[in-house]
Amino acid sequence: MSAAGAGGKAPQLQSLMPWLVLAFLVWLVGYPLLVVAAEAFGIGSPGGGGPTTEAFQSFFTRADEWNAMWRTLWISVLSTLAAAAIGVPLGFLFERNEIPGRRLLGALVALPVALPPLVGVIAFLFLYGESGLAARGLQSLGLDVSWRLTGAWAILLVHAYSMYVYFYLFTRAGLSGQDGAAIEAAQSLGASRSQILFRVTLPRLRPALAGATLLTFMTSLGSFSAPYIFGGGFRVMTTQIVASKLNGELRMAYVETTMLALLAFASLLLLRKIDPGLDLASGARGTPPARRRLHSRGARVAAACGGWILAGVLLLPHATLILMSLVPPNTWTVEAFPPVLGLVNYGDLLSSAERLRPALNSLWMAAVATLAAVVVGVMAARLSLRRGGVPGRALEAMMTLPWAIPGTVFALALAAAMSVNAPWVGRFVLVGTLWILPLAYLVRSLPLTGRSIFAGLRQLDPRLEEAAASLGAGALRTVLQIVLPLLRPAVIAGAGLAFITMLGDFVTSIVLYTYDTRPISIEIQSSLRIQETGIAAAYGVLLMVLSAAAFIAWDDRAGGRL
Amino acid sequence: MTASGVSVRFDDVFKAFDETVVLAGVSLTVDPGEIFALLGPSGSGKTTMLRLLAGFEQLDRGRLLIADEAVEHLPPARRGVGMLFQSYALFPHLSVAENVAFGLKVRGGAQGETEVRVAEMLELVRLSGFEQRRIAELSGGQQQRVALARALAPRPRVLLLDEPLSNLDPALREETRADLRRTVKQTGITTVLVTHEQEEAFELGERIGLLNEGGLEQVGGPAELYRDPASRFVATFVGRCSVLAGVVKERHGGDELTVRLESQPEAPAWRCRSSGELAVNDRVDVCVRPESVSLETGEGPGLSGEIETERFTGSNSFYTVRLAAGPTVEVAMPGAAAGLKGACVVRQLAGELPSAFAAAGESGR
Repeated sequence: MSAAGAGGKAPQLQSLMPWLVLAFLVWLVGYPLLVVAAEAFGIGSPGGGGPTTEAFQSFFTRADEWNAMWRTLWISVLSTLAAAAIGVPLGFLFERNEIPGRRLLGALVALPVALPPLVGVIAFLFLYGESGLAARGLQSLGLDVSWRLTGAWAILLVHAYSMYVYFYLFTRAGLSGQDGAAIEAAQSLGASRSQILFRVTLPRLRPALAGATLLTFMTSLGSFSAPYIFGGGFRVMTTQIVASKLNGELRMAYVETTMLALLAFASLLLLRKIDPGLDLASGARGTPPARRRLHSRGARVAAACGGWILAGVLLLPHATLILMSLVPPNTWTVEAFPPVLGLVNYGDLLSSAERLRPALNSLWMAAVATLAAVVVGVMAARLSLRRGGVPGRALEAMMTLPWAIPGTVFALALAAAMSVNAPWVGRFVLVGTLWILPLAYLVRSLPLTGRSIFAGLRQLDPRLEEAAASLGAGALRTVLQIVLPLLRPAVIAGAGLAFITMLGDFVTSIVLYTYDTRPISIEIQSSLRIQETGIAAAYGVLLMVLSAAAFIAWDDRAGGRL
Repeated sequence: MTASGVSVRFDDVFKAFDETVVLAGVSLTVDPGEIFALLGPSGSGKTTMLRLLAGFEQLDRGRLLIADEAVEHLPPARRGVGMLFQSYALFPHLSVAENVAFGLKVRGGAQGETEVRVAEMLELVRLSGFEQRRIAELSGGQQQRVALARALAPRPRVLLLDEPLSNLDPALREETRADLRRTVKQTGITTVLVTHEQEEAFELGERIGLLNEGGLEQVGGPAELYRDPASRFVATFVGRCSVLAGVVKERHGGDELTVRLESQPEAPAWRCRSSGELAVNDRVDVCVRPESVSLETGEGPGLSGEIETERFTGSNSFYTVRLAAGPTVEVAMPGAAAGLKGACVVRQLAGELPSAFAAAGESGR
């Protein structure tokens, strides 16, 4: 064993590592946001000129801008309320009552969470759109109905439909963690059923509901697919930003992006205030109360029918999507129900290399981004949790930050930062290249993998790593042979979620895609535009199947954890 | 099998976490092949000493030598130190044999050699036949032995034991303690162990270092610490003792003195042994071991008091006596509890003299 000299270099590199990873994350996550804000003020833009607040002035004076901001807010509030109104009762129904088919139904009802927003949106369009299955069905019955699924109500409907799952899952998790003894105690003290609900059960559900509120509100704030497809002239901030960019009003797009980012931050800070943390949830953990059994036969049948009808309604859009994917081009004109069904669209999709390309693009880009997000996540988590200190906290903050920021904001920020060649300030021309989308996907994957890897590592005894080190293992071997195998469930959970999300990504893709890297979502949108509904639906089904497969594999491995 | 041990030296080691000083200049030499126990209350710095030696923490000042070679700059992997963790830190995804082989494979040992060494280690801890078991299938005691085998397998120069028995239930502890001592002695390796339990330190350690608030209070063999404590802290931490306030009445030859107890000045003065410099009329604390006194019901010469409680532990009965106008004193009496009650006198027994220390708040500590 040589003297201290040989060991001198390694500790130096080791103490630098947290800063290196932090620098990378700041460059990837924080820096583009700063660039976009700076360019909104006209600083550093290629056009030159000094700092100016001109664009902000016109933002604050133009009514359509203010409207977009205001609409984003109230749509998010109403979406959250609507999602809660559906999700919370459903959660109670499935967690507290023993109804026939409870397990299967309970899982089916949670399914929309695994589906990309765009798929849900087009499924809605096919079912409830103006020439959708529902309208045609009613018209064929001789009813003279016609409606347009557009504007605020359409957006709200889609939001409520896709986001109730958050409340549903959080409510169920919250209820299953409650101690049945508390309810029995309340009963023995003479409380009525409604008193128990309002004084015992709901207060203890508050952390779960606060969590679901935060998740739903922030998702809704950054929602793009629904307002883009159904909004029409009704613009929210995300669609307003993309419209400004398409119109070439770059400066205004940057201002809007900055404003949306600020709105997101403010909402996050405000909503954190209502979250009581884990204090209420923890404490003595007992067995949840027994599920209520329905005694009369009639009640059981009614409950079962009700449940299945409910699941049917919730899954009808997806069934419609599958149906639409089976309709060959130009075969369905005025009939109420498609007269011909077949696999033509799938054949088309699979036999043509050009048609298959978006699927392959989505797969490789999502895979690369997920893999990179896992690597960065493991490095950041280890450095953050094992070294701590200022870089440790900053690392975790940088990993979490993209979660709070709408995808559109990041897309615009990357588009702004990576369209200029100025390596000395960390800016490279990546826009228009193969790498911009995987990079954007990586940013958006970081909080998803980071969250579960950080949680996993927090539960891992740090002594295991010390044991490996004292037995002579270096850092790399310790990670590969000890940390990673033990973190496997957490890594799979985070990676699965990230992969599913990026596979169906629409919001960042629409800003940053090139023809060569067009993902499935973009292909769906362009097929819709040229009225190739069958192909669009087939892509939708493909995305649905891939996501569901990943979801099932993930759910299996991760042991059903969210 | 037996390795020739190496020495371990802490040389004026200083360590602080943020603002808190954990070790304030500790110096200590552990002799080759010795089993050395670091004993102290929680927060005394004993675990930090162990973690500094293993390389999991970096010292702020001072030197750390293993076999006279400075190691403070070496990463844990290159110190040649094996550690048995309090939680054992066994790798739950590896089998028993894979756990034991880990340190050998890291060093790139040949397959055959590794297998031989693993078998040898498992035999040493009496777990042959458990090679393919999963860690979760083992009892606490078996896990502890696997952890020991894993730490010893790569032939470390020094073995570190962090509270090695604290995770076992009391019934198993005594048996495991003897087992652990036998195994470690068999390998002849220099061993440093950390514990907060006096009994554990006394039975495992050949020498003991008693730590308090980041400094070593005393280093010595078990008997030395018990009979000749260097400070009031040592006397009260090691074994049971009652503290009685008094004043030095007379000094005799050597370190012997007589002390008049404060609460009952008219009672016969006590013969004590002084620790440190004490002069006539100095106020002192006398540490009285339960077995160095006896009691008798009724009245007579000695400290008068009232029996408060009686406790029978099997070989002795312990009485708590509330002295008249004073503190309580614990008295051990051989044999079963006799149901003694009421007024009594407590007398000093011939033999070991109780230690007297300068009273807290007076000169010294």
